[in-house]
Amino acid sequence: MAIDREQLLHVAHLARLELREDELERLEGQLNDILAAVSKVSELDLSGVPPTSHPLDVVNVWEDDEPKACLSVEEALANAPEREGDFFKVPPGGAA
Amino acid sequence: MIDTLRLTAEEAKRLLEVREISGAELFAAYLEAIGVRDEELHCYLHVCDDPGGDGIPIAVKDVIGTKGIPTTAGSRILENYVPVYDSTVVERCKGHGLRVLGKTNTDEFAMGSSTENSAYGPSHNPWDPARVPGGSGGGSAAAVSGGLAPWALGSDTGGSIKQPSALCGNVGLRPTYGTVSRYGIVALASSLDQVGPVARTVRDCAYLYSIIAGRDAHDTTTVELPRPVVLPEDENLRGIRIGVPQELNETEGIEPGVSAAVRAAIAKLEGLGADVAECSLPLSVEYGMPCYYLIMPAEASSNLARYDGVRYGHRAAAAERLEMYEQTREQGFGDEPKRRIMVGTYALSAGYYDAYYGQAQKVRTVIKGEHDALFETFDALVSPTSPTVAFPLGARTADPIAMYLSDLLTIPSCMAGLPGLSIPCGLSDGLPVGLQLIGPQFAENTLFRIGHALEQEIGFDPVPERLRA
Repeated sequence: MAIDREQLLHVAHLARLELREDELERLEGQLNDILAAVSKVSELDLSGVPPTSHPLDVVNVWEDDEPKACLSVEEALANAPEREGDFFKVPPGGAA
Repeated sequence: MIDTLRLTAEEAKRLLEVREISGAELFAAYLEAIGVRDEELHCYLHVCDDPGGDGIPIAVKDVIGTKGIPTTAGSRILENYVPVYDSTVVERCKGHGLRVLGKTNTDEFAMGSSTENSAYGPSHNPWDPARVPGGSGGGSAAAVSGGLAPWALGSDTGGSIKQPSALCGNVGLRPTYGTVSRYGIVALASSLDQVGPVARTVRDCAYLYSIIAGRDAHDTTTVELPRPVVLPEDENLRGIRIGVPQELNETEGIEPGVSAAVRAAIAKLEGLGADVAECSLPLSVEYGMPCYYLIMPAEASSNLARYDGVRYGHRAAAAERLEMYEQTREQGFGDEPKRRIMVGTYALSAGYYDAYYGQAQKVRTVIKGEHDALFETFDALVSPTSPTVAFPLGARTADPIAMYLSDLLTIPSCMAGLPGLSIPCGLSDGLPVGLQLIGPQFAENTLFRIGHALEQEIGFDPVPERLRA
């Protein structure tokens, strides 16, 4: 399953990365090498094997729904690149 | 005169308790050592002022959030990020009086095996500054080995505590998944990430683990330790059964000097009374790497989606929002995060999910099953931690797959969520060789017992030869 330039651009868009031309050229080769190496997992017939998403059998951890101390608005906004009042400010929309 | 190259945390604690030294003197001694040696070693990305108190100083890997202290994860995208809260592990350290010396260098977002992926330049190995300290937690390992901290916190996804500990001659523990909180840690791959200690002795390592381990309400993947941590005392290993998996000990790529040092240590285990026998992990080593390099980038691509320039971190100047996201990420991430984001996004995208991520999760079940089966017969498994000793800076940077193979021997047990302890077992070409002990889940006390007995038997001098007085 070789990855071509069109797919590369599609994946970069999904990942919200605007890659430079030199990066695209380098990544095209590297990604194909990496995908060829990891495709080794498909050699095994694991049709009856369940997937492991997590190494411990911890399920449904519940907590009482009670308010606790949390960050103040000022703390939450302390690292904001730009703010307006009590909000994070971002540039206007454009197609996503 | 405090010899920071030799002082253990345990001895520092005793000296503080009997008031032979003050907390301020101790902190100042490390700051002085940092002043003398860190220009060469570049272990620290940020050095702190003494926050006061009489506890032991500690270095903290820069993926671990520290309130009011910059936390960059080795990335430009977090260059100006100052957390407004402490991670649980740092909160627990502070609760025990420990004082943060500074934040240690790491490959960007803990992605790498040499610190050469740090946006702020690599750290250098105290045994030979022309060589890497390993990674991603090379800053923490080099700081402990170089006498710039008595101990440190690291984080491990596929080997980032054990591998640098091996390359720098330290003791490092990757704990059982779920025993140490990930709250406040910059996430790489959430089903694998674990915080753990890096120290100069097994006892220090066990002590630091006892401070940070245990359930945290802020991290629902954590559990309480089934048994309290026991600091190992001098005792033999009679009755302990140790397996030597052939695939972890005889795989192509393991240097002869590394094999020889580990084999000599295994003979010492027998001498201490342990029952040692060969065993096999038929698929775990061969399929561990490809499995890891699907699951880790997939989870990383999802975790790193949060760096979008909206709430914190770098933001590119752009007129429209989509453009702002794409340029922020293009400018803020280095090559390795981009590479892994691309691989992970591809592996998770429509049409490929089952063949890649889904299949890798099944391989993970197989790896876990192989290890579980061995632990019906053995209390622990032993192998080299890293196939090689510290390699020269630049030797693997041009070839991502060669770099990935640095973690060949640590990855399988990480996939299974198992604890692993790396201890120095000798030298090869004048550079430290690490031996890893892998146990079943929650078997840290067994690993500490074996590690401590072996450490006493080997008598490895953890001070780099070139720095010995």
